Amino acid sequence: MSVDILMPALSPTMEEGTLSKWLVKEGDKVESGDLIAEIETDKATMEVEAIEDGIIGKILVSEGQESIKVNSPIAILLSEGENLSENTISTDSNNEIKKEVQKEVQKNKENVVQINDIKNNDEILKSISENTTKSYFKSDKLERIFVSPLAKRIAKQRDIPLNLIKGSGPHGRILKIDVDNFDIKKIEYPSLNNLESNNFEIVKNSAMRKTIAERLVKSKNEAPHFYLSLDCNIDELLKVRKAINSKSNDEYKISVNDMIIKASSVALLKVPKANASWENENTKYFNNTDISVAVAIEGGLITPIVKNVQSKGLLEISNDMINLASKAKDGKLQPDEYIGGSFSISNLGMYGIKEFSAVINPPQGCILAVGSGEKRPIVINNEISVATIMTVTLSCDHRVVDGAVGAEFLSEFKNLIENPSLMLL
Amino acid sequence: MTDVDYDLIVIGGGPGGYVAAIRASQLGMSVALVEDKHLGGICLNWGCIPTKALLRASEIRHMLDNVDEFGFTVSGIKMDINNITKRSRKVASQLSSGISHLLKKNKIKVFEGFGSLVKVSSNVKKIRIKTKENNIEKTAKNVILATGARSRNLPFVSSDGVNIWDYKTAMTPPKLPSSLIIVGSGAIGMEFASFYNDLGVDTTIVEALPSILPNEDTDISKIVKLNFEKRGIKIKTSSALKSVTTKENSVSAEIITNEKVETINSEKLILAIGIIANTEKLGLEDFNIKIDKGHIVTNEFLETDEKGVYAIGDITDGPWLAHKASHEGVLCVEKIAGHQNLKPIDKTSIPGCTYCRPQVASIGMTETQARSKNLNLKIGKFPFIGNGKAIALGDSEGLIKTIFNKDTGELIGAHMVGPEVTELIQGFSIAKKLETTEHELMHTIFPHPTLSEGIHESVLDAYNQAIHY
Repeated sequence: MSVDILMPALSPTMEEGTLSKWLVKEGDKVESGDLIAEIETDKATMEVEAIEDGIIGKILVSEGQESIKVNSPIAILLSEGENLSENTISTDSNNEIKKEVQKEVQKNKENVVQINDIKNNDEILKSISENTTKSYFKSDKLERIFVSPLAKRIAKQRDIPLNLIKGSGPHGRILKIDVDNFDIKKIEYPSLNNLESNNFEIVKNSAMRKTIAERLVKSKNEAPHFYLSLDCNIDELLKVRKAINSKSNDEYKISVNDMIIKASSVALLKVPKANASWENENTKYFNNTDISVAVAIEGGLITPIVKNVQSKGLLEISNDMINLASKAKDGKLQPDEYIGGSFSISNLGMYGIKEFSAVINPPQGCILAVGSGEKRPIVINNEISVATIMTVTLSCDHRVVDGAVGAEFLSEFKNLIENPSLMLL
Repeated sequence: MTDVDYDLIVIGGGPGGYVAAIRASQLGMSVALVEDKHLGGICLNWGCIPTKALLRASEIRHMLDNVDEFGFTVSGIKMDINNITKRSRKVASQLSSGISHLLKKNKIKVFEGFGSLVKVSSNVKKIRIKTKENNIEKTAKNVILATGARSRNLPFVSSDGVNIWDYKTAMTPPKLPSSLIIVGSGAIGMEFASFYNDLGVDTTIVEALPSILPNEDTDISKIVKLNFEKRGIKIKTSSALKSVTTKENSVSAEIITNEKVETINSEKLILAIGIIANTEKLGLEDFNIKIDKGHIVTNEFLETDEKGVYAIGDITDGPWLAHKASHEGVLCVEKIAGHQNLKPIDKTSIPGCTYCRPQVASIGMTETQARSKNLNLKIGKFPFIGNGKAIALGDSEGLIKTIFNKDTGELIGAHMVGPEVTELIQGFSIAKKLETTEHELMHTIFPHPTLSEGIHESVLDAYNQAIHY
């Protein structure tokens, strides 16, 4: 597609200028960034760069031509192999349309919203490019910035771009005081402001949100995460669960999650190297399996701990979980009920999440992310059959848990989930 | 607003007031100026200008005393103090009439009389002018108070114009005294000491603070002290004046130095211990105008708490210098005219000059002040003995000291003592105003051979690149 090269504005107030020199001729191949012409106003001379690769198809204004209106086409850039056809040359009527569109866009200044309202996409692209003729320039050549030597040096020392500073000296010269008073937070980004308008609400971060932020940033910054995923067939587990619950007389209801907690505990006992945490000088291996379980609560989440899972049965685990979750939702957890733990489980299965990777709950070494159990076609003995599959992903802190250890844990876990009776051992 | 006689009335015709009036007229305001004594104020009539005329005479005397060095033999030199003062008065009156002409040219109505503010209910400012004949009242939208200051007396000693001189008598002595005590070693005291010493008067300086020229950098102050003492001027620092007894043709001053009391006798004594602002009888008590430590309080654009009433110059906070008053006059008038982007005066960029021999000039912070701000410094020093022009002039005593902020290269102070340094200091004023760093100063080409090369060398020295030292 051919592109019009437009007369650029050298300054916000420039309306017209002189094309003093062409640096290319028709038929020349140009690359983005190549200088193609020199433009001058009464104030300055600037070089125009090509913003796209292509071939100069037609030069529309001759060298030395004066009073060229800003944004009027000065040349046509063709893509390679394209011929210059009559209709690619800007005609007056074409220009009219373009002006209309441009007017519309400028009137509302909300270019993004406008796009939906204007049918001719081609014209929109052009109109937007006309509004951003700045991109034709090397930005540092765009406008001379008046700045005192001292202000310039201090701005450099503080990494403040001069074009962001408003100068209070004569002719907008940037002075030391302007650099001293510069506040990055007060900078207006007009385009951003236009886009954002007032469609947001500021909510003060709660202490919990800040703690979550701090811990997760710490985790992601310090713990080198790696992830291992595995599909578990839970048909057998569901069968066992159904059997257990059918005998409950509504006194209890064991959840899949309770069984995952138990399976994790048994797997950890079999692979104690995964039941560990990093302590810089030492690695701590836990004797007990204290399983932290992520619980969503108003405004965040918390990980209450089911302690000593290795010595608890499913019923006890289930009761613990019900108790802890209810306390968590009421904000009544005691610190020792959520601080500590040797291993975490985050289960988003109830939301239908197929699989995900969780952020390690420091200083623990692993967290198991549990997806939803869903019927999927699987291949058994070269036959496709249907099974209920649950994908689990183990996030490991590589400082503590190596890939083989994580894999060993996961395979033990899978084995237990798929053969729940082994948990009885 | 109701009809007023003038857009602006300026009370006081010194370097603050008359400059403000002319600037206001340039900006199209109708302006009146009220002056009680003499256009040009103290500066022009009894301060800056006539003392420079006197010091010119004493410099010539010094030169005549040393002409043999230049290959001349002169004999029969006579000196008449009355002719010296006569020339000084002539210079002052020539300039004063020049001011009168300037005001006329700018269509400024001048009232000869004592102006004061009169309380009225409206926003209009009413000024009562007490002339020799009668009282007249004029109204204006805005008023600038520019009534200046006068020399300060001590509770136990006031100038009597006979044995205890104020600046006026000191500028027009009927005859040269044989000996003289000068109390105070600020610019005024130092200039009189230099003048009278060069004319052969036995001179003693009494300064309460530990060093003479207490506002100057200590390196500069030390050089001046050495020079003065070499010339026979007695300097008593950390010395407080306890009492003065006047006899028929002499004074006897009791001075306490380090708890030791000493009596010095001399023919005359000059009090040069600072100034008091002329805030009395201006009718200020009826207005919302604050006075702190004797000086009128204004905002950064010189407006008092009373809207439309401005104060500039010595009547406000220091430094009490004519060029600061003039600059404030222009600034406050442009503020009244509604100019945008005005900048308040940066008090760290007001140069100060003392015209004693050797001359002293400075701008910005002294080394002590800069160190007290815990700034990282780069300090350059260049003595005039390394400057060809100074040696050719036969006047190579002195030093140029420059102080930069090591982190930013900002010129934070420049201090000079030596030949014509009062003419050199403006280079640093411009450098500071334009916010140059050491880089621009180092890459400026200074003409050779000039005293100004010392500026270059001092800057280079701050960065260990001085060539001639």
